Amino acid sequence: MNAGMNAALAELWPYLLLILVGYLPNEIWRVLGLVLARGLNEDSEIVVWSRAVATAIIAGVIAKLILFSAGALAGIPLIVRIGAAVCGFLAFLAVKRSVFAGVLVGEAVLLLGGLLFAQ
Amino acid sequence: MSAPGPFNSNAAAFFGGVKSAWTSVFFLVLMGTYIGIGALAHDFGLSSWWLALSTLLVWAAPAQVILVSALGTGAAPVEVAIAVGLSAIRLFPMVVALLPLLRGPGTRQRELLLPTHFTSVSMWVESLRLLPGMPRVRRVAFCNGLSVGYMGTAATFGFVGYYLAAGLPPLFAGTLLFLTPMSFLISTANNCRQMVDRLALVLGLTLGPLLTYWHVGLDLMWTGIVGGSLAYGVHRLRQAAA
Repeated sequence: MNAGMNAALAELWPYLLLILVGYLPNEIWRVLGLVLARGLNEDSEIVVWSRAVATAIIAGVIAKLILFSAGALAGIPLIVRIGAAVCGFLAFLAVKRSVFAGVLVGEAVLLLGGLLFAQ
Repeated sequence: MSAPGPFNSNAAAFFGGVKSAWTSVFFLVLMGTYIGIGALAHDFGLSSWWLALSTLLVWAAPAQVILVSALGTGAAPVEVAIAVGLSAIRLFPMVVALLPLLRGPGTRQRELLLPTHFTSVSMWVESLRLLPGMPRVRRVAFCNGLSVGYMGTAATFGFVGYYLAAGLPPLFAGTLLFLTPMSFLISTANNCRQMVDRLALVLGLTLGPLLTYWHVGLDLMWTGIVGGSLAYGVHRLRQAAA
């Protein structure tokens, strides 16, 4: 009986952790946004400011993911990662602001650079 | 590209949203990203159903990467919660900027619960781009369809990555992980129609890595507050001068 309960707990433990340290600390920010956004209209100054803050944070996340990469991406040299991001952005501007073209060129440059400058 | 619609019913708007999701560049981006996260979850010994549930509940790729690698290496739960919470700060200003676009004269607060939970960079960028050209009464339904389309894609390809994991060469895995910053960069730039947004993007790209390099605590929060407020301040000054 006891062993059975322990086995059930071991099975459920990752799911409990998912709720407690994954779902809750993440969701709280969304709920706070819902509470604050109550009664605001899209032209309010606080909404314009919020969009600027959100854009700056997303930009910060982007730069950190490229410059201080983790996991398998860290195995590709820094100069290749930066070069790929710049080429992708330029392709986006060159091909009629096509997001698809930009992502495709960026990925292609990363793959090629990764092959040529393998560490 | 013009906004989809006009839709005759909420059901039509919902399925229009699903279709928008599956025909946008984020379909491919989410596919690749979640193949990468699926492989990661496999390597760190979590189950594929656990990963699917985390996609439905957490629904934020950076937080899920932190969660999978931290739990997989046996980090202390409190540390994991703090790391996830810090990575999620962006969701707060994103929701504040999105909900006023979704709200119509008769919209009830509880109708906004689902779009609030669905808020993520892919859905946010596409909503800010497409919603302004659409009748207000259809926006919530469209947004829910868009999000269900994206979430379904992510959950499905999480399973694919999980079962492909063993056969994924490191360079290819690195290329999949690069999809997140590359697509975020270009789609955010694509949405920067006003000077204030463009300035916020450039300031964030510069401040984020600088604050990390200087080991400033809560670097992303400060990047947002300082970068976003500076951009907003310049925007107000220009308005006053005009």
